[in-house]
Amino acid sequence: MSNPMEQLMKRRESAETRLRREKFNAKVRITVGSATCENAAGAPDVFKQVEELIKRHGLKDVTLSRVGCTGRCDMEPVVTIFSQRTTPVKYITMTPEKVEKVFDSHVLKGIPVKDLAMPNEGVQDTDFTEEKLWADARLTDRFSSVFGDVHFFGKQMRMTLRNCGVIDPEDMDEYLMVRGYQAAVKVLTEMTPNDVVNTVTKSGLRGRGGGGFSTGVKWNFALAQKNEEKYIVCNADEGDPGAFMDRSTIEGDPHTVIEGMIIGGYAIGARVGYVYIRAEYPLAIKRLEIAIAAARQAGFLGTKIFGTEWDFDIEIRLGAGAFVCGEETALIRSIEGERGMPRPRPPYPAASGLWGKPTVINNVETFANIPVVILDGPEWFSSIGTAKSKGTKVFALAGKVCNTGLVEVPMGTTLREVVYGVGGGIRDGKAFKAVQTGGPAGGCLPESYLDTPVDYESLTAAGSMMGSGGMIVIDEESCMVDVARFFLDFTQDESCGKCTPCREGTKRMLEILQRITSGRGVEGDIEKLLRLGDTIKRTSLCGLGQASPNPVISTIKHFRDEYEAHIREKRCPAGVCAGLLTFSIIPEKCIGCGACKRKCPVPCIAGKPKEVHEIDQARCIKCGQCFEACKFDAVKRS
Amino acid sequence: MKTEKSTCACQKDTDESTLLKRLDVVIKEYREKSGALIPVLQIAQGLFGYLPEVALKRISLGLDKSYSEVAGVVGFYSFFSTVPRGRNLVRVCLGTACYVRGGKQVLEAIKKHLGIDVGQTTPDKLFSLEVARCFGACGLAPAITVNDDVHQRVKSAKVHEIINSYRTVSRAKAARQKREKT
Repeated sequence: MSNPMEQLMKRRESAETRLRREKFNAKVRITVGSATCENAAGAPDVFKQVEELIKRHGLKDVTLSRVGCTGRCDMEPVVTIFSQRTTPVKYITMTPEKVEKVFDSHVLKGIPVKDLAMPNEGVQDTDFTEEKLWADARLTDRFSSVFGDVHFFGKQMRMTLRNCGVIDPEDMDEYLMVRGYQAAVKVLTEMTPNDVVNTVTKSGLRGRGGGGFSTGVKWNFALAQKNEEKYIVCNADEGDPGAFMDRSTIEGDPHTVIEGMIIGGYAIGARVGYVYIRAEYPLAIKRLEIAIAAARQAGFLGTKIFGTEWDFDIEIRLGAGAFVCGEETALIRSIEGERGMPRPRPPYPAASGLWGKPTVINNVETFANIPVVILDGPEWFSSIGTAKSKGTKVFALAGKVCNTGLVEVPMGTTLREVVYGVGGGIRDGKAFKAVQTGGPAGGCLPESYLDTPVDYESLTAAGSMMGSGGMIVIDEESCMVDVARFFLDFTQDESCGKCTPCREGTKRMLEILQRITSGRGVEGDIEKLLRLGDTIKRTSLCGLGQASPNPVISTIKHFRDEYEAHIREKRCPAGVCAGLLTFSIIPEKCIGCGACKRKCPVPCIAGKPKEVHEIDQARCIKCGQCFEACKFDAVKRS
Repeated sequence: MKTEKSTCACQKDTDESTLLKRLDVVIKEYREKSGALIPVLQIAQGLFGYLPEVALKRISLGLDKSYSEVAGVVGFYSFFSTVPRGRNLVRVCLGTACYVRGGKQVLEAIKKHLGIDVGQTTPDKLFSLEVARCFGACGLAPAITVNDDVHQRVKSAKVHEIINSYRTVSRAKAARQKREKT
């Protein structure tokens, strides 16, 4: 049998021939983004429309394919048109009507439609060729040459998301074109498990799920266990509200996760891998299933993979809606078919995990980094980032920021650069109030902390944490007490109930917060919250409980005045806490235009045209829409 | 493994004994696998639309687990429901991004519009309402899903339009089924 790497390269060659014939040699190549968020924004209709247009005009040299998400959530659906030797043009917020216009002009006549395209500031690559896209260059270098959107992508470094939005996630051949599976073959043929573990350790890669534990050390621990049966698990139970990078990675580039797992499995000696994924992500599950099936068919999964002596296969397990299952010991219980309750560590899963066997659990993003570490080398990888945090981190930037979406920046980039640089600042000219990182386990950091670099230690020292990478920007319109209450409501609801501090403590903290936000707060509540928080932090069984008071403690630390206004003055400075608000109409100012009445969702506003309107306080849900609708400032919020 | 959708909000128009037979096949297929309980429950919920007691008993016997253990698992995970759901399942995202961009107001408006609280089903069995913790569509906040469709940037003043579009479809479907039966 010939050498596995040669076989892989042969396969890549035939993939290239096929792709050139079917896709890339076309005069015009059109790609439509098709992740969950793009589909929600209307991508399927746009795709159908392009398909229809190609058919209608009988065009033979125009091809159409789907790609994953590029991370420009606020501009979706995105349609990219590649034509030979010119920079690809990205059209944003497409609709079937708009895409027809683009098609008529750009595809048929060769004239790009400037006003529908993404504003392209900065440097443009004027000599774009498909070859550049597939060159054997460093895996991360490919991105900006495809996406001229320099003011968004130029500040980023796409490592985990290197192929998202570039390749068709449902076509394994395209993954092969971007050096896919070469890392796996290299590991299986040229390296011993020890070499792999050492390489990963040397790279300084740390767990991207939030814990930040060294991946190499974890693998080494599992490798050292003498046991015939070991398991490797990919944690795709992305439960943090506000985090969607794992979903996007799997939807945009599922094979990289599979490849990372193959390498991890070989390194620790596991022949079976599980992907534990949320049932709420149907598209990601589908793409992963397609990818696993394709890999199996190619002999990349199963017995004697890649023609070597190694066996490895992957099974998908669906989560059933329990946040705590993101915690590794709870996740193990869930795969075993039990209630997902954590247990005390040690023993760590690397010693005794799934069915009592040594088990390594890594996050999606961690696995996606593994091929980069192997192919581009640990030295290069560790040259990026800070002294203790290496590589990049993907953040799901959302909330009141201009450019919502997925951003990937080198570790050590400051929060300010992410929010104002990549994120483009605050929406609608409002004032920045806080940035929340780390999901329900993290904290809210105010303006004065914006120069904190994003790495594990700095964020923890600032009172927040890296977490899985949700980053929610909060502006002056949000009440920090309410935000803290929101997170507590979440953790309290998701507490599995096994240990008392978390089960009872979060409940009591939530009650106090509810009291404060409804205007019944009393002196001493803040101190009580801090004392309870401290106890829960120190005595809870798992990460969920230990981190649950963080949002409260950090908001008290940085926004104590807001708590005090609620408690002492019975006032919500941001005008959010409904219990402290009333909406009423000032008779002198109301002209009876009916704008508020039309907007009222309940509806509880009465009044004839041109007469003074009135709000029925008993039925008012305090949504504030009348307040926004009134052009005459006749609605009073107090 | 099979990933039959268990979010299906409609009760399929197949009688119970047929469904139980199908469940038996599933149980048999999974019996020897370790950690089979959750996948089997997920498939069962996909079949029945919810998890009726008779199905749980069948599963507990088939997988040789005590009923209390099965019920414990069902009760633990929010994905499982032991009460029938309406034809359409409305889920309002209350993830952080949706929350700061008005998800709570959207929820209130839907509650008022349907006249039900979270976890309930309308008397005409057309809609069930649930809240969700993030669909991962944060860039499109606030988001809601109806069945498997994600609706983005929902405004509370417009929720009735979304809901009514499903109402029309469901009513037409029900009428058609009734006609076909007679």
